[in-house]
Amino acid sequence: MKDNKSMLKNEGFQSVFAALICIIAGLLVGYIVLAIINPAEATEAMLDIIRNFANYPRTSAKMKYLGNTLVKVAPLLMCALSVNFCYKTGLFNIGAAGQYVVGAAASLYGALAWHMPWYVCILMAMAAGIIWGALVGLLKAYGNVNEVISGIMLNWIALYLTNMLLGTVSEAATPYTTQIKSVNTDALIPDLGLRSLFINRYVTLAIPFSVIIAVAVWVVLTKTKFGYELCATGFNRNAAKYSGMNEKRNVIMSLMIGGALAAVGASFLYLSGYEQWQTTQSAVPAMGFNGIAATFLGGLNPIGTIFASYFIQHITSGGAYLDTNIYPSQIADLITAIIIYLCGFVLFFKHLMNTKRASKGGNN
Amino acid sequence: MGETPYAIEMLGITKRFSGITANDDITLQLKKGEIHALLGENGAGKSTLMSILFGLYQPDEGIIKKDGKEVKVIDPNAADRLGIGMVHQHFQLVECFTVLENIVLGVETTKHGFLQQKEARKKIMELSDRYGLMIDPDARISDITVGMQQRTEILKMLYRDSDVLIFDEPTAVLTPQEIEELIKILKNLAAEGKSILFISHKLNEIMEVADRCSVIRRGKYIGTVDIDATTPEELSRMMCGHDVKLSVDKEPAKTGEVILEVAGLSVHGKKKGKEKVRNVSFNVRAGEIVCIAGIDGNGQTELVYGLTGLTPVSGGKISLCGEDITHASVRKRSEKMSHIPEDRHKHGLVLDYSLEYNMVLQRYFEPQFVSGAGFLKKKVIREYAERLINTYDVRSGEGAQTTVRSMSGGNQQKAIIAREIDRGPKLLVAVQPTRGLDVGAIENIHKQLVAERDRGTAVLLVSLELEEVMNLSDRILVMYEGEIVGEFDPKKTDNEELGMYMSGAKRNTVEADR
Repeated sequence: MKDNKSMLKNEGFQSVFAALICIIAGLLVGYIVLAIINPAEATEAMLDIIRNFANYPRTSAKMKYLGNTLVKVAPLLMCALSVNFCYKTGLFNIGAAGQYVVGAAASLYGALAWHMPWYVCILMAMAAGIIWGALVGLLKAYGNVNEVISGIMLNWIALYLTNMLLGTVSEAATPYTTQIKSVNTDALIPDLGLRSLFINRYVTLAIPFSVIIAVAVWVVLTKTKFGYELCATGFNRNAAKYSGMNEKRNVIMSLMIGGALAAVGASFLYLSGYEQWQTTQSAVPAMGFNGIAATFLGGLNPIGTIFASYFIQHITSGGAYLDTNIYPSQIADLITAIIIYLCGFVLFFKHLMNTKRASKGGNN
Repeated sequence: MGETPYAIEMLGITKRFSGITANDDITLQLKKGEIHALLGENGAGKSTLMSILFGLYQPDEGIIKKDGKEVKVIDPNAADRLGIGMVHQHFQLVECFTVLENIVLGVETTKHGFLQQKEARKKIMELSDRYGLMIDPDARISDITVGMQQRTEILKMLYRDSDVLIFDEPTAVLTPQEIEELIKILKNLAAEGKSILFISHKLNEIMEVADRCSVIRRGKYIGTVDIDATTPEELSRMMCGHDVKLSVDKEPAKTGEVILEVAGLSVHGKKKGKEKVRNVSFNVRAGEIVCIAGIDGNGQTELVYGLTGLTPVSGGKISLCGEDITHASVRKRSEKMSHIPEDRHKHGLVLDYSLEYNMVLQRYFEPQFVSGAGFLKKKVIREYAERLINTYDVRSGEGAQTTVRSMSGGNQQKAIIAREIDRGPKLLVAVQPTRGLDVGAIENIHKQLVAERDRGTAVLLVSLELEEVMNLSDRILVMYEGEIVGEFDPKKTDNEELGMYMSGAKRNTVEADR
């Protein structure tokens, strides 16, 4: 009994448990939607989504499509880390989406217009993200402008600026940016044999990089003086001020680093050659927003976020295997959206667990 | 009919929270028309008991009777219907509404959706006259004194025809003169047949106002005594379980050089334009405790913010050990200044951090705790925290790793005091260091402050408790409306005189030093 209680109290256990509840609830609601549309095929359809790349019988095909999922896990993880990092300083970085967009713009422009090698392109993305994050941070620190409001506005500014900028490097006949491999293969992130392992030319070092960065973020937040200050600022801004921390600087620094993480995430995707930027798109890419879900599903822990990002991308990619003869093609997006939406409820479930314990008998 | 003499009976009330029995078989019988004091230390279970009576908690065992009939108080609305009213320690008033609007709030008379305030006004004025409350129904809450706000709360209960009135530590926010007035009002109310429950831990007030007194200690019912047949010493013994020394032993101060020198200091409040501290000058020397006394909200908070650097000052000069720190950063100041903040949750602690992290909150950046590369030396931090925990007897569930949020208020405060004193400051600014703590903890903290003084630290104490002011200080400065209106020697003054200055009835011009 006592062991059971202390386990329930354990922060890490709670996070994992709440995440599992969210995943199950998300899958369940998704299943119900499928069942309403077509009860006979619902189970098979759900399994198709969950199987994702495992839908293919051959190992080589499985590897290839696992690779496709992983290619998109890297940017998602980076966006999630961006949100996570800022959240520790008490900031809700919804602007990660826009920072992601300027990262795409800078890295693609560097690759296509200036013919820079991949590492310079990544650094350019990083610089763009830092600037975009700093804008939010400066407004917050000196004007007390809510970071959500300025973040959302900057997302749209970023989108249309990027469309304009990348319009200069798009293919003549389509609104898509020129393929990197056709002009500047140096700008593609190297793979060190990962390509042949996955039989997938988009699988690059970006994937292990993103995991290493997640661990680095964890180290910075939990082991360093900088992380100590950031988290103290996030938990209690007044106490940070009382102890002489420069909370304004911490807010700006935190958003700059958050911006860098999201922007580098974009370069990880676009410098793999997997996607081209569509210069006529009128919606901010969902990657930044999905990063929010991944962060919460990961229990606001950079290590947990690695797994959460994979899960969310796994479901998103799995949506493509829905049989569009039975279900309308939008349903895949709907189902994954429902699951991702419910992933954001981790904190809610944790809160529920804690209050349940308290009401069972706990003095506040 | 054999009518019961009791308005309220709480019989055998037991309330448990996980592992803790907050109320253990407590019986409280309130006679009609009496003033009944409920006495106990902080954390003794007074609030829990009153929350049960007011319907905020349900008792695990025991019953509540109103006028001899058993009742269930399922929520505060039920308490309201039963005629049980409560004046909370923190008033529940809408600042930008008038007295009248606050009183009718929730029970407004309306006609076709429009407020009908004529009748309400008539009833309120009648009640006000009858009980001598002297309120102005059209004044805004934000413009009236705390005493008047409290009387508004009282009228709120009377307007709802409550006949059982609960007062939760009603004197904590009042001046001595206002307290006297309140006591008159309470006696008046009782004479008119209202039954009053008076929660307090101040013995002299209870002796003055109450007819009977029930004492609880650590959740247990100790007994009920007639005030006429008891003494403060006996009540104190019942409350604490042992004899408590109510005064602090201390040698005469051996003052040294001037440590803190404040000249013509002005500080703005939150709203720009309004100066909350005006042209304040004083000194604090090494080895003395200087106390700033005053009613809450007379600029003490802003003065401390200005001194510690939390708010920029708008005029004047602050020197610490001869060095001008008027515009220095918080961190620069904290090299020689320790600060026990007024609000330990707002400023003093990062509640979600562990105890060890909080112990180094003011010095985590020192080379002993952080490596050149910016990594925290967790082992050193742990050892340091454990030393403080042992030296200052900070108790917690899991030692250095306990999340501070889960610790008791007294131990949180001990942790702050340990952290601040251990830095060996030249100046210690302590703001209401004993607020909300029980008698044992207060004694301990008072001893530590005196020990700091004897070590040669300059101590600036800001306190709202006159008893604490009189006991601890070597010099008293009274603050009223942002100015220092008097300086006193605690041996040559009394509560009465201080009260006159605290309420603004009297004032002197004070020179920069004696």
